[in-house]
Amino acid sequence: MSERITRSDVEHVARLARLALTDDEITRFTDELGHILEHAADLATLDLDGVEPTAHPLPLTNVMRPDEIRPPLPRDEVLAEAPSVEDGRFRVPRILDAP
Amino acid sequence: MTAVDIAGSVRSGQRAARDVVAEHITRTEQREAEIHAFTLVLADEARRAADDIDATVARGDDPGPLAGVPIAVKDNLCTRGTPTTCGSRILEGWRPPYTATCVERILAAGGIVVGKANCDEFAMGSSTENSAFGPTRNPHDPTRVPGGSSGGSAAAVASGFAALALGSDTGGSIRQPAALCGVVGVKPTYGLVSRYGLIAFASSLDQVGPFAATVADAALLLDVIAGPDPLDSTSTREAVPALTPVLGAGVDGLRVGIVEELTDVDGIQAEVRAAIDAAAGALEGAGATVERVSVPSSRYALSAYYLIAPAEASSNLARYDGVRYGLRVDAEDVATMNARTREAGFGPEVKRRIMLGTYALSAGYYDAYYAKAQRVRTLLLRDFARVYERCDVLLAPTSPTVAFPFGAKTADPLAMYLSDVCTIPTNLAGHPGMSVPFGSGEGGLPVGVQVLAPALGEAVMFRVAAALEATAP
Repeated sequence: MSERITRSDVEHVARLARLALTDDEITRFTDELGHILEHAADLATLDLDGVEPTAHPLPLTNVMRPDEIRPPLPRDEVLAEAPSVEDGRFRVPRILDAP
Repeated sequence: MTAVDIAGSVRSGQRAARDVVAEHITRTEQREAEIHAFTLVLADEARRAADDIDATVARGDDPGPLAGVPIAVKDNLCTRGTPTTCGSRILEGWRPPYTATCVERILAAGGIVVGKANCDEFAMGSSTENSAFGPTRNPHDPTRVPGGSSGGSAAAVASGFAALALGSDTGGSIRQPAALCGVVGVKPTYGLVSRYGLIAFASSLDQVGPFAATVADAALLLDVIAGPDPLDSTSTREAVPALTPVLGAGVDGLRVGIVEELTDVDGIQAEVRAAIDAAAGALEGAGATVERVSVPSSRYALSAYYLIAPAEASSNLARYDGVRYGLRVDAEDVATMNARTREAGFGPEVKRRIMLGTYALSAGYYDAYYAKAQRVRTLLLRDFARVYERCDVLLAPTSPTVAFPFGAKTADPLAMYLSDVCTIPTNLAGHPGMSVPFGSGEGGLPVGVQVLAPALGEAVMFRVAAALEATAP
């Protein structure tokens, strides 16, 4: 199927997934993901030419509902569960000009 | 006492819901320290709810078909104002602002939630060893796992802490723990039960379903939770016929297929094999015909599943970013805050699957992995369609083995994944499947037999399950 996953692949994927993995975790995942993907390589032996992909078990597309206003989640209850709040909004660290 | 008996006696005023709940709480107090079926026991709330049910009966009103029945709810189902952890540090202490539709329905039917059931973190696992709050132990042998990911739900029913439980099944997470704990577990057709309020793992595979001590009890609960929900656009469009009335219909004339690929899996224990043959014999004795059938692409289902499910999970779990709820580990900028929060909040198996899924979806690998897995899913649907032309239901083992000891598979992720080899094809196809206790295996531990049916084939599946239950050794 593909070449065995490398340490730098794992570091790249961790950045994509926003996971601040430790060195030990990177070492372990390089080994474990390689092992799991090796098992998945049996799919490469199948002749799948002309077979359509299935993304979902139900033949549903664009399920519509009436455009009616319903009560939203209670704002105070939602904000009460947030790690940091200011003026009725979620507060986060700096986004622009981040180091 | 079964859930059917409890509801019947509470509705008719013969028994007080308060007494029913008190009995279950007493059993929980006696053994929960050992079993750890729950992340949260809701004893006071359950007693108050029982009093409300008794008051309803005293007024001459009907509390509903689950009147006074103590029910455990897997902790990946949202309960408004009540902590919902999903077995993860990242959601520890979080109180959802809404309740899952299936839980709303059991409350509206008079059911009583007695606790939030422990599970593998984000329902990823086959033993509950991945719960951030410690594993659940198997009530039949506390040195062994209860299965997973809905191990707490299965153990709660098997221990008599609850008469019924809700679980979720993405690759076997209801059926496998049901088999390992000796109870009935049902994974309904995809869409039969609303997923609104079920914390998402793999959205094209996840389905909520019941655990029960008997087939009739499972039907009672599924009849309450099944049906359309405007809050889940993938839920069934039409009302579904009740299962309880069909349970006694028998199996005379039904065509049963034993799936070769799922029965001849590597590492299957002799007693589990023997249980399939015995179950087939019992159904033949009751008037069904039995043949061996082949679902060739099911050999590739495990590989396809372990690309599709992690891919969907990596996308679904992107929402745990430390912004709106749950854990936050602060940092100077938002990207570092996201990454440190996720590093601290997720356990090893969840990280492994996020990594695997992100990799399978990433540029350059999508076609080799994810796109191939989706095509295998098509092959599997075709194979099942062919087999269901000649069979009404299929039989297979639920798990290749009985409950295994703690630690037996934690060092090797693939060995753990193989616990689900018999259950995964059903999820990929969106079909229903259920596990029924059928005899015992190594060490006298419970063995489950799995009944599979085509989409929306719950009625015939339950008829066969009822027949198996009636003849189980």
